[in-house]
Amino acid sequence: MLKELVTPQNANVFVGKLGDILYKAVDQPLGMAINWGRMWSLWPVHIETACCSVEFGAASSPRYDVERFGIIEAFGSLRQCDLVVVQGTITRKMAPRLRLVYDQMPEPKYVIAMGACAITGGLYFDSYNVLPGIDGILPVDVYVPGCPPRPETLIQGCMLLQEKIKRMKAR
Amino acid sequence: MAEQVIPTKKMPPGLQVENVDDRIMTLNVGPQHPGSGHMRIIVKIDGDYIVDADPDPGYVHRGEEKMAESRNYITNIPHLERPVIHDSCNILYPYVLGVEDLVGIEVPERAKYVRVIAAELNRCIYIQYWLAIYGIFLGHSTMFMWPAGDRELLIDLMEKITGARVTHAYFIPGGVRNDVPANFEDVCLRQVNYFEKRIKEYADIFYDNPILKARTEDTGVLSREDAIRLGTTGSVLRASGVDYDLRIKEPYDVYDELDVHTNVLKSGDSYARSKIPWLDMLESCNIIRQALEKMPKSGSIRTKLKPNPKGREDEVYRRVESGRGSAGCHIISRGKPEPYRLKLSVSSFRNLIALPYLLKGEKLGNMPAVYWSLNYWPVEADR
Amino acid sequence: MSKSEKKVTSKDEDKKKSDEKAIGDAIIAAANARREELAKEALATRSNKTLPKEVKEKPKEEKPKESKPKEEKPKESKPKEEKPKESKPKEEKPKATPPSKTDTEEESLPEFEKSFVDKISSQFTDDVEVGYIKENRTRVNVKKEKILEVAQFIKDNLPFDHAESVTGVDFPEDKEIGVVYHLGSYTDPTYSKQVLALATRVPREENPNPGNDSTKLPSLRDMFYSVEFHEREIFEMLGVYFESHPDNRRLLLPEDWADLPPLRKDFRNKGR
Ligand code: SF4
Repeated sequence: MLKELVTPQNANVFVGKLGDILYKAVDQPLGMAINWGRMWSLWPVHIETACCSVEFGAASSPRYDVERFGIIEAFGSLRQCDLVVVQGTITRKMAPRLRLVYDQMPEPKYVIAMGACAITGGLYFDSYNVLPGIDGILPVDVYVPGCPPRPETLIQGCMLLQEKIKRMKAR
Repeated sequence: MAEQVIPTKKMPPGLQVENVDDRIMTLNVGPQHPGSGHMRIIVKIDGDYIVDADPDPGYVHRGEEKMAESRNYITNIPHLERPVIHDSCNILYPYVLGVEDLVGIEVPERAKYVRVIAAELNRCIYIQYWLAIYGIFLGHSTMFMWPAGDRELLIDLMEKITGARVTHAYFIPGGVRNDVPANFEDVCLRQVNYFEKRIKEYADIFYDNPILKARTEDTGVLSREDAIRLGTTGSVLRASGVDYDLRIKEPYDVYDELDVHTNVLKSGDSYARSKIPWLDMLESCNIIRQALEKMPKSGSIRTKLKPNPKGREDEVYRRVESGRGSAGCHIISRGKPEPYRLKLSVSSFRNLIALPYLLKGEKLGNMPAVYWSLNYWPVEADR
Repeated sequence: MSKSEKKVTSKDEDKKKSDEKAIGDAIIAAANARREELAKEALATRSNKTLPKEVKEKPKEEKPKESKPKEEKPKESKPKEEKPKESKPKEEKPKATPPSKTDTEEESLPEFEKSFVDKISSQFTDDVEVGYIKENRTRVNVKKEKILEVAQFIKDNLPFDHAESVTGVDFPEDKEIGVVYHLGSYTDPTYSKQVLALATRVPREENPNPGNDSTKLPSLRDMFYSVEFHEREIFEMLGVYFESHPDNRRLLLPEDWADLPPLRKDFRNKGR
């Protein structure tokens, strides 16, 4: 029966239909699997921008140990990273460099804005050299407030991001 | 020396380097680089050797000095400690002393002791963080984990006093913000004794480690004369054999009543520069114990200020020995609630000038060892 | 026989090896020499000096020779420069309060501090004016033209050996910018508490054009090497150009900064 259906004339159509069906069947579980993989191996970029990096460093110390939650310590190359944690103030001199770092990373990539400075400018709202938040240059996924945020807060932010990745459509 | 043969003669004709200048390569290290932090160093290298280095700071320049001109003496406190949040007591110390001079108030005796204890605890917290990063720079993961973990002990202690993990804003003109908790002395003594026992173990794993010695000894040697001429300060200066510690030379608050010793090493290389802060921590433990003993058991902890204090028409320049070296604050007042001009003369910025000098002639691989041994914190240098 | 042959061959090999070694050593030596030359050249392009270590020795030899004619110079130039001195009092107005205080409390002035400030003021009677003398802190105000000579005198005759900080202050009412060098001493323990503020003032222009207007000052880098980065900072923050400074480049501000120098008083933060 299959031989009758698949003639050389309609083979293309048939294969395309079959692909659609297969895709529909596999897409959701596969996407979940991909998301599951991405969720538990977030590689942050090692880019320190201001004083919040002290608490970022403390988050990988033995007491807080972010690696428990699937966030790997920031010692990798840009090309294998998928998470930018913007650790505080972005000055006008740093902003183009931050964007450059972001552009060099492979898709998919996520951004966490850490600290009041990265969210709105914080303490430096009226300074002449500080950007009022990083929304203008990067698409932010999770905001972590505090000045500086405690490591627990940062970990909570990372877990929120994982939750978000779980519900995202895998690309 | 024998490994350094550069095959200039037998190169194929296409690869033969005729012009010497062609051999020099310019390399950007930073601002995104695990070995540089938030600054950029433009190094010129010939093969493996650094010929020239040009530091390019300013990635965290936030205009603190300009901002200070539009805020009054009290609201200046939180943002003036931000340059070094993990050494916030010490970076605020000269400012607070200067404002006290300008406004003309006395500090109660008990507050002075509390300040000294808080400053010494904070010095240890700073040095532990610095040591952790130095460990990871040299590829010594254990040396990241140990200090970063032990540091939390003292952070707990500071949290008990001030209520914040790192940004304390604890010192205010006239004393300290709030009193220490009831059983603080016992807890502090216990923690500090345990802490001292812990950091003594670092000698085995880090300072007597032959790998560390091979990497840091005889690299980046700063002679005594050059240390003075370049105007370096703090651990860099004392590692080069100059006995200069402001806690002894120009004692502020109650340091003259305590028995303070300073640590001086002669060799002036990266190893000495990395060892001085560790010795300082041991000394800090001594100071804290003495201060706890001598501290008046009760009494007021601050003199009340008027709501919007005005400084008298004058200028002051106060200095303090912070975790990195001398931290100075130059305040020019015009009789207004805001300072007319405020200048932070910070040790990181002063030590930065030694970096190009030390890197010249060094191997590129030694750069992190030399750079971080200068006790440099970019946020402080840029202000 | 075979053994002896082997020995001979091994000796030949040794000779060859030693020759190779000699050649290798020569190559190493040549490479090292080249590297040193390169380092020197690269240094020379960056600063006027070839190697800092050589620099150290040279000024020491030259200084005494230079300082002798300088001691004579002021005596000759005294009558000539009395005229500008009369126009000076305007500048001293903001600092008028500390001297008036010291006048009333002249008996209680700290002696040690007074002794070394007197040394400077007696050497340069007309061009140096004592700002204040307090415990451990002293200040001398110097005319802009004389700053090099006074700095040289302090370096040679007093144990101040490094500059701790350089502060730039804007005084828009006086149309001037003040530059204060804080000098300290590491070598002499009796001076370790002292901080001498060496202050001077340069004219200020309403529309600054950093580097090309009259806001210029000779650099003190030759006497106090540590001012290098501080002076670069003041150049970008206040627009004071330091002549004879090897690189007056931008240090902290972003590369595309095209506004007023930010620490001038007419530059305002947003909302302030
Ligand atoms: S939020 Fe606070 S701690 Fe973080 S970078 Fe800004 S000022 Fe520093």
